[in-house]
Amino acid sequence: MKYITLFISMLLLWLLLTFNLHSANIIIGVIVSLIVTLLFGHSFLTNWKLFYNPVRYLWAVVYLIVFIWECVKANFDVAYRVLSPRMPIKPGIVKVKCSLKTDIAKTFLANSITMTPGTITVDVISDCLYVHWIYVSSRDPKVYNKRIVGRFEKLLKKVFE
Amino acid sequence: MNSISTVLLVIGVAFDLFGCIGLIRLPDVYNRLQSATKCVTLGTCSILLSLFFRYGFSDVGVKALIAIPLLFFASTVGAHALIRGSHIFGIKMTDKSIVDDYKDAK
Repeated sequence: MKYITLFISMLLLWLLLTFNLHSANIIIGVIVSLIVTLLFGHSFLTNWKLFYNPVRYLWAVVYLIVFIWECVKANFDVAYRVLSPRMPIKPGIVKVKCSLKTDIAKTFLANSITMTPGTITVDVISDCLYVHWIYVSSRDPKVYNKRIVGRFEKLLKKVFE
Repeated sequence: MNSISTVLLVIGVAFDLFGCIGLIRLPDVYNRLQSATKCVTLGTCSILLSLFFRYGFSDVGVKALIAIPLLFFASTVGAHALIRGSHIFGIKMTDKSIVDDYKDAK
């Protein structure tokens, strides 16, 4: 079942990407999806049952809206820092704790942090994230934990765990 | 539709330009990566979105729409690999930096 889920999603991606329904194209898509499924199927989502839970897709939409808003804010933030003549930067790498368990949730959290204002993930070691921050506004772990991770953690827990 | 597309195109090119200015002005590799991932990713996404608004649900528009998430993953994972690699390689952070927790963790 896990393999079938991966196979169908790969085939859908292929059909959208090539965007024609000739029989030759579909046959090539099936072959390529089969190869990908056989090679990488074992490392696909460990609990695939969550894939068919519609409530999670609703939370994913909420997460997506929050994410896009943060992303737009990030761009204005970086553009301001780059264009301002005094360049208000105070960079540093801080250690942030996260409470997510599964690997895929951690991956999404790290990617979200990279796209939010002034932060970029350097490394993930067990449950600690090392984050490069362009303007370290506080040295108190509680404050920056909330400021960096707090926005996404709850949403991601609802989507992936 | 064409006017929305043109506005998005202008915004996209402007943010790409800011990203490139940041690439030159900021002091070290870590800060440069910040501007290279954020501004350039959203700038390029905006250009792709303008393509979608111009061509609608034809083959060009749908391909542009699919390219957006692929670009997101590629740029974030690429930035992550580059910044980790440069820290392990031992490139110094700029003098303005105030804290480096990662040094002790390796």
